[in-house]
Amino acid sequence: MELKSRDFSDAKRVLKIRKLEVGLTGRPDAVHVLNEIDLDIRAGETHCLVGESGSGKSVTSLAAMGLLPKDALEIRGGLIDLQGFEITNATAAQMRELRARRIAMIFQEPMTALNPVLRVGEQIEEVLNMHTDLSQSEAKKRTIDIMEQVHLPDVERIYSAFPHQLSGGQRQRIMIAMALILDPDLLIADEPTTALDVTTQLQILKLIAEMQERQGTAVLFITHDMGVVAEIADTVSVMQKGRIVERAPIRDLLKNPQEDYTKKLLSAVPNLTPRSARDVSGKKDVVAVEDLNMTYGGGGLFRKSDEVKAARDVNFSIAPGRTLGIVGESGSGKSTVARCIMRLIDPTAGKITVAGHEIAKLTRRQLQPHRKHLQIVFQDPYRSLNPRWTVARSLCEGPINFGTSREEAMEKAAELMELVDLPRDALARYPHQFSGGQRQRIAIARAVAMKPDLLVADEAVSALDVSVQAQVLDLLDDIQEKFGVAMLFITHDLRVAAQICDEVLVMQRGQVVEHGPAGRVLSDPHHDYTRNLIEAAPGRHWDFANFRALESAPGHQGAIA
Amino acid sequence: MFLYILKRVLATIPVMLIVAIFVFLLLRLTPGDPAAILAGDAATPEQLERIRDRLGLNDPLLTQFMNWVGQLLRGDLGTSLLSNTSVAGMVADRLGPTINIAMMTITISVLLAVPMGVIAAWRHRTWIDFLVMSFSVLGFSVPVFVIGYILIQIFAIELRWVPVQGYKTPSDGLGAFFSRAILPSLTLATIYIALIARMTRASMLEVLGEDYIRTARAKGVRENVVLFRHALRNAAVPILTIIGTGFALLISGVVVTESVFNIPGIGRLTVDAILARDYPVIQAMILLTAGIYVFVNLLVDVSYSFFDPRIRY
Repeated sequence: MELKSRDFSDAKRVLKIRKLEVGLTGRPDAVHVLNEIDLDIRAGETHCLVGESGSGKSVTSLAAMGLLPKDALEIRGGLIDLQGFEITNATAAQMRELRARRIAMIFQEPMTALNPVLRVGEQIEEVLNMHTDLSQSEAKKRTIDIMEQVHLPDVERIYSAFPHQLSGGQRQRIMIAMALILDPDLLIADEPTTALDVTTQLQILKLIAEMQERQGTAVLFITHDMGVVAEIADTVSVMQKGRIVERAPIRDLLKNPQEDYTKKLLSAVPNLTPRSARDVSGKKDVVAVEDLNMTYGGGGLFRKSDEVKAARDVNFSIAPGRTLGIVGESGSGKSTVARCIMRLIDPTAGKITVAGHEIAKLTRRQLQPHRKHLQIVFQDPYRSLNPRWTVARSLCEGPINFGTSREEAMEKAAELMELVDLPRDALARYPHQFSGGQRQRIAIARAVAMKPDLLVADEAVSALDVSVQAQVLDLLDDIQEKFGVAMLFITHDLRVAAQICDEVLVMQRGQVVEHGPAGRVLSDPHHDYTRNLIEAAPGRHWDFANFRALESAPGHQGAIA
Repeated sequence: MFLYILKRVLATIPVMLIVAIFVFLLLRLTPGDPAAILAGDAATPEQLERIRDRLGLNDPLLTQFMNWVGQLLRGDLGTSLLSNTSVAGMVADRLGPTINIAMMTITISVLLAVPMGVIAAWRHRTWIDFLVMSFSVLGFSVPVFVIGYILIQIFAIELRWVPVQGYKTPSDGLGAFFSRAILPSLTLATIYIALIARMTRASMLEVLGEDYIRTARAKGVRENVVLFRHALRNAAVPILTIIGTGFALLISGVVVTESVFNIPGIGRLTVDAILARDYPVIQAMILLTAGIYVFVNLLVDVSYSFFDPRIRY
């Protein structure tokens, strides 16, 4: 992969931000959310704004759109200039005129960003109705035309579809069509590929680049993903706590970062080079899954609904102290397998043996004593802990249910807090008083409190910033070493899988397409699907932690041209 | 869609059957001999026997039930003990005024309450929002008869704009109908305006925080279009639910208002029947009310899919 190295000093400046200050509405004394933001973007340039959550990336973009939520944030000073027009002083009517016409935006979550009750064609067309005098038939023609330009298939049908009938990638294409139909000078893309699978992400990144090329659009691209930055950026601004701490052309930033914070961000990007598998000789498998099948649907009162085979003949086993990763895109069945093993759903066929007991066919009641052998950590720590319970109560509930005395459970809970690197007095607090990473530590402590034989981590680090992600992965590693627990790690992120898994199982549409040691599968994939996944991983030719290009990238050749 | 409606219609059958069983047993399981209850205290044994015979009380319970349901299905709700006329006829006579008043009430409520709720949500935490919410609290807390008498005092007695009481059907002339129906409808509407405005506001507040509202604004869409095209349709489902239940409650809850305004509707019929222990009429009223509930809920469920395309069956 070539990092971009185009020169934009001759191109016309599209957006100029100077000394922008944004503060909390009605609280002039409070610390500002944005401090002295300076930003320049020129026609045709892709400027990436990177930083961890809460660093002010999205606030910057919303300020440029004039879309700051009025009752929470307000501009306190500075200047935002769109080709001579000063946004900071514009009236609401002037801003409306500007949006979509000169400055447009696409958002992270294409499902929630589209109105669920309006047909997608109508939603694109609305832009034309608002800003042009085109007749109904001309507007429709133009809409169909832009939908073809963003490579949507079967355009006539999709025109009258509702958002929920489309895939994530198709929805994001609709968003892009909507943003670019009036050929704006500036496109702001706020994490537009974060919610998408890697292969879809690659397509969307290509599409944005293609549209940019065609229309000469300036792009402000907000992301937390350094891999994506390496693929698309001309220039990068690194944000931390409401300030831009470093700005440089992409090559300079990756090769020779100046600021400590930038170095830290880059070093935290997990390496795609897999770890070496750990030795397990002589240990008996603690979990074995044989011919596991899960089929949804097929029932129905009046007519048979279509069957969906979410998992087909899945086989694997895990030894104590080892980690098996299941990777695949959304809908591949990886979470279904995890939920079957946890018996959160009932598999339609197959055997699940945990600590010597077959549990696939047990009733809820029979299953109860076996529950403590199996524990799970979910993706979103904001929703997996009861917000009305103290941490202590969440941690003690399980052990008390299995006969531990309250005092003993409390004592154990305090030890666990130390294990996950949180202060003991955190036990008396509630989940909302912790950051995302801390909450995930609590969720892990809760799972470990049961002394399980198998720990299932379902996308357990996907919602975390990279630096926090690295810490949580380390913690899981420590716990595994200390307790010898077997781990089933479900992830869509190959970098994460490479960091933590001994073995990898690749799933596609409910079927296992490849299964082997992580080192072999990720560096020498046998199946086309695995190869596609690896090739779609952004920035895979760059060794971020060591500030250099990789000699030989994992997988085969071919990335974004 | 057709299949779904058919399914929902079929699903109302068991509900109505359970109501019918309950209504049937209501009379049969009341302590003492139903015939004795019906005949009153001064009845002779011969009179009792005649009543038993007439009601078929000497048949087995199941036969009685089947006969009764058979009658119901033919539209025969029995004979009033009080007036000795057909219950079906009595109810039909009284249903017109009640339905007319209820329709007018719900129309007034929706037309006023939905815009009130939308604007309160749009101008969240401003004086407009505060005003709407204050009205809403007032509407909930003041008893219906107080509002009724206040409206009569102002508009009928002081201003003499409309008659104090009475009812005329629309066929007697629309002016005559509206001048008599407006005060009772307004009286009934206060609580529904309060309820629907509150629900609209809450539902809109939630929707206005959604990503697609931000998208609409990012497209340069005007605020009124944002509110009514993008937001209100998404907020519609809970609002519809409230309107539907409200309408059904209205039909059964018009007793007080009909008394205050002296309207010959089913509210008064029910009160009279209860006071006179006119069991066939009471039975008919319970069945009717349940039927209206089930029917309105059916309409609401079907209308969801019209507003929200994700609801497909």
